[in-house]
Amino acid sequence: MENDIQLVACSLDNEEYGIDIRNVQEIIRLLDITRVPHASPYMAGVVNLRGMVIPVMNIRKRFGMPEKEPQETTRIVIVSWNGSPVGIIVDSVSEVIRLERKNIESPPTCSQQVNQEFFTGIGKQGKRLLIMLNLGKVLNINSDNC
Amino acid sequence: MDMTQYLNMFLEEAREHLQKLNESLLALESYPDSREILDEIFRSAHTLKGMSATMGYNHVAELTHQMENVLHKLRSGTIETTPACLDILFKCLDTLDTMVSNISDGGDGSLPIDHLVTNLQACDRPSAGDLNLAARASADPGGREASEKEQITENTITSFQFNEYEKNLIRQAIDQGFQCYHLVVNIDPRCVMKSARSFMVFKNMEEIGDIIKSIPAVQDIEEEKFENSFDLIVISRETEDVIRKGLVSITEVTEPEIKLITEVFNAFPPGPGNVPGEKKDPEKRQPGPKQGENASHTKGPAVQNQSRPKSSQTLRVDTTRLDSLMNLVGELVINKTRLEQIGRSVQVPELSETLEQIDRITSDLQNVVMKVRMVPIDNVFSRFPRMVRDLTRDLGKEIVLVIEGKETELDRTVIDEIGDPLVHLLRNSIDHGIEDPSARLAVGKKEHGRVVLSARHEGNNVVIEVRDDGRGLNPDVIKAKAIEKGLLLPDDAEALDECAISRLVMMPGFSTAEKVTDISGRGVGLDAVKNKIEALSGTIQIESVPGAGTSFKIHLPLTLAIIQALLVSLNGEIYAIPLSFIAETTSIIPDQINRVQDQEVMLIRGDVLPLIRLHETFHVPQSDAPKEAEINIVLVRKGDKRVGLIVDTLIGQQEIVIKPLSKLLGSNRYIAGATILGNGQVSLIIDVASLI
Repeated sequence: MENDIQLVACSLDNEEYGIDIRNVQEIIRLLDITRVPHASPYMAGVVNLRGMVIPVMNIRKRFGMPEKEPQETTRIVIVSWNGSPVGIIVDSVSEVIRLERKNIESPPTCSQQVNQEFFTGIGKQGKRLLIMLNLGKVLNINSDNC
Repeated sequence: MDMTQYLNMFLEEAREHLQKLNESLLALESYPDSREILDEIFRSAHTLKGMSATMGYNHVAELTHQMENVLHKLRSGTIETTPACLDILFKCLDTLDTMVSNISDGGDGSLPIDHLVTNLQACDRPSAGDLNLAARASADPGGREASEKEQITENTITSFQFNEYEKNLIRQAIDQGFQCYHLVVNIDPRCVMKSARSFMVFKNMEEIGDIIKSIPAVQDIEEEKFENSFDLIVISRETEDVIRKGLVSITEVTEPEIKLITEVFNAFPPGPGNVPGEKKDPEKRQPGPKQGENASHTKGPAVQNQSRPKSSQTLRVDTTRLDSLMNLVGELVINKTRLEQIGRSVQVPELSETLEQIDRITSDLQNVVMKVRMVPIDNVFSRFPRMVRDLTRDLGKEIVLVIEGKETELDRTVIDEIGDPLVHLLRNSIDHGIEDPSARLAVGKKEHGRVVLSARHEGNNVVIEVRDDGRGLNPDVIKAKAIEKGLLLPDDAEALDECAISRLVMMPGFSTAEKVTDISGRGVGLDAVKNKIEALSGTIQIESVPGAGTSFKIHLPLTLAIIQALLVSLNGEIYAIPLSFIAETTSIIPDQINRVQDQEVMLIRGDVLPLIRLHETFHVPQSDAPKEAEINIVLVRKGDKRVGLIVDTLIGQQEIVIKPLSKLLGSNRYIAGATILGNGQVSLIIDVASLI
């Protein structure tokens, strides 16, 4: 069992989030997103990734954050979910950070809006705090009550 | 791990053998005395035993071993093929099936088999043991005693297939007073020089008679390609004792088996009792062949007689590879379309020519790949005889299942999906359609109900039909039930025509609750069947004549992944409508739209056509652009229902590759999938069936 975890650090507004690199397939620029009618409101739509039609999630909506116009730095992080690729729209992606397990704490209970289950912990590196995403829960939208 | 690469092979072959065993047992039920079939069964069971023992699946091996024992006794005639015996064998097959599934899921196939083993061993009641043998022996009294003594149980007794020449020879010999013997020559297992011994056997036999046939062939015997025994057919005037001495006098040749052949039958498998030398008790064999008569009117069951492996020009291919191939061809088609678009705008003559070539080649490539993915529907049909048999036994009805067109080919993905709906339809026919034998006789029908399962190509479609000659759909009963379940208002009941009645039967909530049986009836009701079929872009229709029978007709498109579609625009969003649903396109002015009971409609050639505004269906944000004077309508149809879809503009017809939409997106209502256009944009494909 490794002592280190590698996280892809991305940001939404002023907060930094970390996604376990073992789940990340690639990171791409924002592509044209085709809207899918009657889809779950958390899903922005689908994109064409090298011939594959991949669903893309609007994670801001998922976390109950206000909408934001896409920017130059906006990226889509392609992760693997149940064997298929899924995209997550983030404001920016900065780097890959390696953390030792001892620097990871369980998430605090102070978060008002955002659902606790979405996070597996908080990683600390110096002054930086990275909120570690629990992809399984974040992406598991069909069993939720919308 | 080492075993995993063999695991897949094991599973595939095990399933094949189990399928064959099922078919053969079914055949055996109809022809209980057929040696051919018994040999077939024995072979499959034996191979299965070896395979599972090698892989270390001991329970499977043990069960097959016990089955083998019973099968061997059946083969050698020590015990009879009784229905009870067959039943237990069938049950063993079912258990083996479960074991294999267990292994496939990662288990080791261990299941309790003690009760099965006990039952198998109970089969072992040598019915009148020696008396049977006596009945089987020839009319020649000398021969009878001899064969009683010389029955060696360890031997494998092979069945013979004589050609015409050999049959004639034997008949003539018998007519002229010669004896025709079937010898099983046994050689001591410790013998090293089998060829030398067999040579001597041949020599001795030729001195006292003529050897007509040997199994295996002479060459094989010379090359020692046999275990410890081989069979000979010898014609001689000598008595059995002389023959016997001639064999036993050779060292390392142990006690042989000698039988007298007195009849040679014309017909061959799978007719009853066709093996010479095994003359059955005449009383036991009722519609049996008389001596010399043709007995080949037997309509063979699904079992093939030739189990000789055809020199196979086929290849096993991993289905994931086929899928990759399919995807790549799909990509090629998309890019080809893109090239064509560019070519049209650039207008370079050589480019156009080359593009035409590429178009032809990609079309051909597409066709070939499609064909590669085609699988005969027999894959699905083959499990039905067994299912029907079990069902009819449970329900106490008598039903003949006729399968037609099992070589009809379907796309692999369709084959996977079509099984369950067909199971349901068959069960419907058997359970609700076909009446009890007594009820049938009462209305003048034959006792046997007839269910026909047929498949055929029709244009670009495959038509699968499940037809029965049962009681048919009773409109009154259906209407009553529909009213009862609140699906129909009593006032509307009168106006219902046949089509409407069929639709009623397939509505959710109409179905009667199914009891749980062996059948994988996932999803309850005809509505589940309808949904499945529509998900495959197909249609289902019901035709019925009360009292005479019912027929379910399923139309499925041959190719699923690449289709022709019409691209339409809804305020800038591009959608694709599969061409197969489109009847025509037209344009009207706003005035032509009328309202009938809150539904927008228009008149087209005197008929009222309901309209659907796709903008509303798909929540397309409305644009501020001024409305066009003309409104474009795409007329689509499903079966006999028609609807007009209102769109902004028609873009054009195009070949598209269907890409599935992720489940993550939600219910995907009204959307059949997605496709990637030439410009890289993703366009959604409209699920017309769900709109109508």
